[in-house]
Amino acid sequence: MKRIGIDVGGTNTDAVLIDGRKVIAGVKSATTEDVTGGVLNALRRLIEDIALDPQSIDVIMIGTTHFTNAVVEGKALDPVAALRIALPATACLPPMIDWPDDLRQTIGNHAYLAKGGYEFDGRKIAELDPAEIERIAQACKAKGLSNIAISSVFGPLNSEMEKEAEKIIRAILPEANITLSADIGRIGLLERENAGILNACLQSLSSRVIQAFDEALKEAGFVCPFHLTQNDGTLLSAAQARRYPVLTFASGPTNSMRGAAFLTGVKDAIVVDVGGTTTDIGALRKGFPRPASLSVEVGGVRTNFRMPDVFSIGLGGGSLVRETEGGGVTVGPQSVGFRLTTEALVFGGDTLTTSDIAVATGAANFGDHSKVKHLPKDLIAKVRARIGEMLFESVDRARLSSEPLPVIVVGGGSMLVPDTLGELNVVRPENYAVANAVGAAIAQVGGEVDRIESLGEQSRSDVMHKAKQEAIAKAIEEGADPESTEIVDMEDLPLAYLPGNATRIKVKAVGELMHA
Amino acid sequence: MQTIEWTDMADVALGGAVLGAGGGGDPYIGRLMAEQSMRRQGAVKLVSIDDVDDDDLLATACMMGAPTVMLEKLPEGTEVLRAFERLGQLLGKPVKGVLCVEAGGLNSTIPFQVAAETGLPLIDGDGMGRAFPELQMVTFTLHGVSATPMVLADDKGNSVVFDTISNHWTERLARSCTVDMGGSALVAFYAMSGKTAKQALVRGTLLLAQRIGQAHRQAQKDKTDPREAIIQVTNGVRLFDARVADVERRTVGGFARGEARLIGQNDSRGDEYALSFQNEFLVLERNGETYLTTPDLITLLDQDTGQPVPAEQLRYGLRVTAIGIPSDPKWHTPGGLALVGPGYFGYDVEPRSLDTLPVRREA
Repeated sequence: MKRIGIDVGGTNTDAVLIDGRKVIAGVKSATTEDVTGGVLNALRRLIEDIALDPQSIDVIMIGTTHFTNAVVEGKALDPVAALRIALPATACLPPMIDWPDDLRQTIGNHAYLAKGGYEFDGRKIAELDPAEIERIAQACKAKGLSNIAISSVFGPLNSEMEKEAEKIIRAILPEANITLSADIGRIGLLERENAGILNACLQSLSSRVIQAFDEALKEAGFVCPFHLTQNDGTLLSAAQARRYPVLTFASGPTNSMRGAAFLTGVKDAIVVDVGGTTTDIGALRKGFPRPASLSVEVGGVRTNFRMPDVFSIGLGGGSLVRETEGGGVTVGPQSVGFRLTTEALVFGGDTLTTSDIAVATGAANFGDHSKVKHLPKDLIAKVRARIGEMLFESVDRARLSSEPLPVIVVGGGSMLVPDTLGELNVVRPENYAVANAVGAAIAQVGGEVDRIESLGEQSRSDVMHKAKQEAIAKAIEEGADPESTEIVDMEDLPLAYLPGNATRIKVKAVGELMHA
Repeated sequence: MQTIEWTDMADVALGGAVLGAGGGGDPYIGRLMAEQSMRRQGAVKLVSIDDVDDDDLLATACMMGAPTVMLEKLPEGTEVLRAFERLGQLLGKPVKGVLCVEAGGLNSTIPFQVAAETGLPLIDGDGMGRAFPELQMVTFTLHGVSATPMVLADDKGNSVVFDTISNHWTERLARSCTVDMGGSALVAFYAMSGKTAKQALVRGTLLLAQRIGQAHRQAQKDKTDPREAIIQVTNGVRLFDARVADVERRTVGGFARGEARLIGQNDSRGDEYALSFQNEFLVLERNGETYLTTPDLITLLDQDTGQPVPAEQLRYGLRVTAIGIPSDPKWHTPGGLALVGPGYFGYDVEPRSLDTLPVRREA
């Protein structure tokens, strides 16, 4: 299968062509304001570079930060009606209660509460009242609101009431864009509801962007389907992405880590992505980034997306190197950033950077070598030692166990990383500079189960087995090849302060996209 | 008297998490509820117990059940007020002030909502000076105060009145009732006179929670070490820096038990620690020997942010600074240790207090 992966970053739009499991070509192009222009440029360059026949491509995967940026900037957002099915519970904290005021105003602050929802053990808090939902739908109609986010208490455990409300609303507002919280989030009402509302306010933008991608690809001669990547390293079809744009949040770091795994064939590792100013470090488990446990804010709104647990340190190819009075050295966090090619010594500037040290040691080969000949050997040794320490400490922090995992290094500043970090071996893949786009190209299809089960009457293994089957079925339903679908993540967390062994169960399955 | 504005609640919540000693639940929802009430009704008056008349009747408000459930099924909002009002009716005398049962975790924030909505003063102090998992584990029990009459109220308007023979029985009966109510419920109980409260209360802990949060925030702003700021405000001790090397968990009777292994860093390089928890951090061993135990507070702070780390977020590789905070002297009495010492939690070790540590003796 021939596929193209595209990563739309803040500065560059990268594209790679992969045939089977082989990376054929990779190109970089500047990101444009309208996003699609940069994508089109990258694709055209790929076509020219290797005389590619666009008709031979089976599928295109795109990773983009466009929707995240729209929320952060508060631009191009639709007004939303937020309906929560929960009364009498939750009345004191209506939808959007913990949002920044300006963003809440931007989308209109239309919050509605209705009777219903579930208890942790599956009982109903109250019956859903169809007449009440109808009244709310009529109010939305009167206000001209057509983007509606529905949530209910313990919706991930049972989505019946959310679906029932959707049906009632659709009878009154047939054209409405309706987001169900159960479809996009996990346990944690405010965070899941927030994600649903963010999704609802992105509906017009997602329609426009997905259509623009579609037109751009057609214009470049591609006839294959395209997908967008989401934060957990799995795919959304173009139609799904149009409905659930919020799921594309934070797909960048995920793609870079997944790309690193693919390029090396290593599934359990620490990934170090060295840029110009910072280095991102995260852990891969079974080929997927380990998710962060804390809630993540997007544009000041708390959500509970499974963002990869990546942290950054101030070390990159442009980091400033300084000697201290005591004869030591400091590296970063200040950086010359994109001015590297004018300010670094090897480029005729007068700022000593990590790139100059790399050239002086022979680890890198660019610029004018004679400009760094004067650097004392012991200074170079001290800087290398300091960089090694910084990286080792970070890598050690990202490790999931005391097992000696390999360290995969990607990104433009890779040459800074020594060949070993402590007892850990460093792996440097080919095509390290376009790992993000590779990660997009190899994104898989996933299915997830997250709910609370009472282990009182059923055994833990029965419950886990059922959840695994369900996650696999979900992945296959989304288009995964049953042959390749497997469980990649599984955890059960007992609920504290409650007898009866109520346990929260999370299972995730993924598989290769089935080729149509 | 101190005035607590709604904008102070973020500080109170962070301080509450520090005093939670790893447990007590995330104060976030309680903080939002208190903020709503305080925005609507105005600031809360936080008063010293010394300014309360001996004859004044006080009552206590809190949440009971699983904080995780409350993250999904948020309260209706009036439960705790209904419980509080019903308790007042049962007592046949107007309640003059609100007490906090647990300054650690979620329950540090609930009494602020009650005080804001009723207009009653909130008494600065609580029944634990930290977080503990069961409702009889309060200094009130040591002073013979009965938890009952107690009112447990749910989101639907149900309330249940308990009259029991001991605070242990109250815990037992209320716990199973909470499950039927959907896993979390709100409570009004431990009514007592001002005179009794002057004896039974752990004093000053709510203002302390606010000051912890404030110190943490200020240190972050000043780019100084927030951990040191917390230690200073709490009269605590920096125990050691360490990396989490292993976490093992299991559930027993609804309580999350487990043990973490920590490898010393910096000044503690070469030392190994074992930290046992049952919701809260309870027993700390160093190189195989008991080092510090409940009732003193063992709190872990994230080395980078100085944020308190709850037991449920412990994971391999996390870099923490362990600090010890002295608990109220009432807990170090034989009666106190019988109620909340390591033995009650099933650990076969002698209690060890912060005062026995060399670092503390030198200071």
